[in-house]
Amino acid sequence: MTKTFRMNEAQPRLLDETGQGIVGAPLDRPEGPKKVSGRAHYAADGLPEGAAQGVLVRATIARGRITGIDEDSVSGLEGVIGVFHGPEFLRNPAQGMAGEAPVQPGGEVHYHGQPIALVVAESFEAARDAAQRLVVTYEAEAGVVTDPARSEELEQDDPETAGDFEAAFAAAEVTLDRSYTTPAQAAAAMEPHAALAEWEGDELTLRGALQMLRFNKEELADSLGIPAEKVRILAPYVGGGFGSKLGIGPEAVAAALASRTLGRPVRVVMTRQTVFDAVLRRTETSQRLRLGADRDGRLRALSHDDRVSNIQGEGFAEPVSQASQFLYGAEGLSFAQTLARVSRTPAGSVRAPGEAVGMLALEQAMDELAEMLEMCPVALRLKNLPEKNPMTGQPFSATRLGDCLREGAERFGWDARKPMGSRREGEWYVGMGMASAARSNMLVKSAARVRLSGEGAVVETDMTDIGTGTYAILGQIAAEMLGLPVEKVEVRLGDTSFPGASGSGGSFGANSAGSATFLAAKAIRETLAGRMGCGLSELTLQEGIARGGNREVPLAELIEEELVEEASVEAGDTSESHFSSGFGAHFAEVAVHAYTGEVRVRRMLGVMAMGRILNEKTARSQALGGMIWGLGAALTEEMAHDPRTGHVVSRDLANYHVPAHADVPGDMTVVFLEERDDMANPIQTKGIGELGISGAGAAILNAVRNACGARVYDMPATPDRVIAAMEAAGF
Amino acid sequence: MPIAQAHATFKQESHMRTRFTVNGEAREVEHDTRTTLLDALRDQLGLTGTKKGCDHGQCGACTVLLNGKRVNSCLCLAAMHEGDEVTTIEGLGSPEALNALQKAFVAKDGYQCGFCTPGQIVSATAMLEELRAGDPSFASASLEGEMPLDDAEIAERMSGNLCRCSAYPLIREAIAMAAEVKS
Repeated sequence: MTKTFRMNEAQPRLLDETGQGIVGAPLDRPEGPKKVSGRAHYAADGLPEGAAQGVLVRATIARGRITGIDEDSVSGLEGVIGVFHGPEFLRNPAQGMAGEAPVQPGGEVHYHGQPIALVVAESFEAARDAAQRLVVTYEAEAGVVTDPARSEELEQDDPETAGDFEAAFAAAEVTLDRSYTTPAQAAAAMEPHAALAEWEGDELTLRGALQMLRFNKEELADSLGIPAEKVRILAPYVGGGFGSKLGIGPEAVAAALASRTLGRPVRVVMTRQTVFDAVLRRTETSQRLRLGADRDGRLRALSHDDRVSNIQGEGFAEPVSQASQFLYGAEGLSFAQTLARVSRTPAGSVRAPGEAVGMLALEQAMDELAEMLEMCPVALRLKNLPEKNPMTGQPFSATRLGDCLREGAERFGWDARKPMGSRREGEWYVGMGMASAARSNMLVKSAARVRLSGEGAVVETDMTDIGTGTYAILGQIAAEMLGLPVEKVEVRLGDTSFPGASGSGGSFGANSAGSATFLAAKAIRETLAGRMGCGLSELTLQEGIARGGNREVPLAELIEEELVEEASVEAGDTSESHFSSGFGAHFAEVAVHAYTGEVRVRRMLGVMAMGRILNEKTARSQALGGMIWGLGAALTEEMAHDPRTGHVVSRDLANYHVPAHADVPGDMTVVFLEERDDMANPIQTKGIGELGISGAGAAILNAVRNACGARVYDMPATPDRVIAAMEAAGF
Repeated sequence: MPIAQAHATFKQESHMRTRFTVNGEAREVEHDTRTTLLDALRDQLGLTGTKKGCDHGQCGACTVLLNGKRVNSCLCLAAMHEGDEVTTIEGLGSPEALNALQKAFVAKDGYQCGFCTPGQIVSATAMLEELRAGDPSFASASLEGEMPLDDAEIAERMSGNLCRCSAYPLIREAIAMAAEVKS
């Protein structure tokens, strides 16, 4: 029976006492040699003998009903095996942690680009050809709303409030009221969504590009109407996720259906265009920030309202004001959200849902408030550090926001920042900007198994490594706990036959799967202490040697047969009693071309406090990646829709501009401040993957303002918008 | 004409054989006339290290060396490469015997998910040769003379290889590290 540990109180900092120095060390990823030599196998890698290939067909109307799928239109083509469609087909991928099938629309079309059929052929070329030729007839609905701004189908709850915002705002000495927009964005992971399905009798094995296997297994089984025990999902390597692979997707269900009928393996890989059309996007937002402050910079009133969109039937609404609700606090707080229903590619979680777009607005508003107060932007933030979560009254479990701000300003050379528009180098204006960062932290139910034998240890969990460093950190935790060199620990991931983990998402993977691994290894330590005849606290395990009770024994001698422990962890009382969040501060220096409005980021610094760092190298990579996502959101990324049909116009990587090498400066620094979050989980960690984005884009946009006067309210700050804003500012 | 017979005719017309050298070995593939070099490598020869990220020459994940020069293999038809020499990521090193660039990517953490990584490494291999040969880039101060191996040059020359994990600064540190080791 697996022990489930509930996080009800602070736990001893055992990883600070084990003394091996493995946890936290900047070790190379163990799977690195496979990845850099092309031997790591992703979902679409390798075509088994006899496999057929499928290509998804997309709907070409915004909304309506399919009246016919003319299989004869392609049946004469060489190599075509069949056309599949039906009630099991998914409209869109499941939302994260759904654990059940997403909408299965039958013969209905709910958005332009919805996958409606799968053409299977002997070759990819034949399947692609047939998918393009397949004749589909529709009965299109009239008057479909494809533009969220025009939607009248609105959902709005009462605002979330604390204190009396209106009164505090009215009484404030200085007030600011600004509106911002951000466009829809795409996760655009480099690996397109892919599935390879194979049946043995009534048992399905699916190799997939998925982030949360414990949930995906349930979602796939529910979609197909079969018991979850009949489904095994494998995803040992995933080519990036960023939220886009949280839930089971149309490609997986379509591959499974076709494979079951044909009695042979079927591989379905989404084209890049289908990834844009049919994978959950980040909603566009319109946001309104109202800040009221005293002359000395003390915030009195803070309101952050937003409007987002999603298709009918999806519960997800981007939590835009999530960080605004606890970052600063004021006497009067108010947060209202409006969700507009629209016939467009459905919206869901994309890296740092909420903060990624909400912080662009909040932190630009704070910058503008600092200007109005003639105050240093760092000082304004330092003046408004809350002692508790201002909405809930919960104490923070650990916060070093003030230290991040001060340390960042010092390291960045913030003192050298010049008045707006006064630093010019040839044709370039140069400026500096900064912003705070926050991302709330979670612990999600997670299990792991650890095996220890004379040969070394093995960690097994269905957790995924989507580039985040899971292979590295779980190996480090087990090695640290069991007194082994890290090379003696093998980490096996991405297989639903292993204990079910949280999956990768919401920056909770390392906390959750890491804690489960820690607890399983701790149970093994207890057994070893018993065999040594000493108490658990006396036991020392280092470099394969056990010490305790005045004895020193090689670890291998204590293990006659393999020791196996499975442990499970879940959130408990501390998640109610305390509020846990990562905090940080971003600093950016940019150059803005005086005549073209082109923005070049010259350098960035992120100082972050995110609990115990498990691997300084992979953590830094995560933080850097997040900061570059911030750069993309600020300057380049914009998903454009055709207003007539709602279809995604920028549906490839030439039209949707993710940052490229040339957009990203080499001078990017990440500093982690030492921290332990005792209330977060048994290993005192916090999530890392999303904090790096939070505020990073705002720091860049605030630097643009400092450089050349341009304040861009409609993001991204492309050259046309920057030039217009410069002119508006009189530059 | 009955469909089965039409298929037989079509098959003859739509399939062909191409011989080329891959990672130093002579290989022959029978393929559809529409098959890209990328798909021939991945699905026919099982060299799946070369990745398909967009199939449109926009991401660089499919970069291979074609007669020593880097190309997007998704934009090459297999049929066009009779007699050519192709080098893929598998030809640069194995997990047990990584080359200098591959080692540098591991040491610098110049990757995260690893999907764009083979393309980055193959592209960097050719890019360093282009630099040594004195090929100028948009970032070069002059069209002639020795090209410096600085970050701006590497960034410009590697911009055909996207990395959504955004390991960019570390990828460039890895390339610079490997180039120093080699020189």
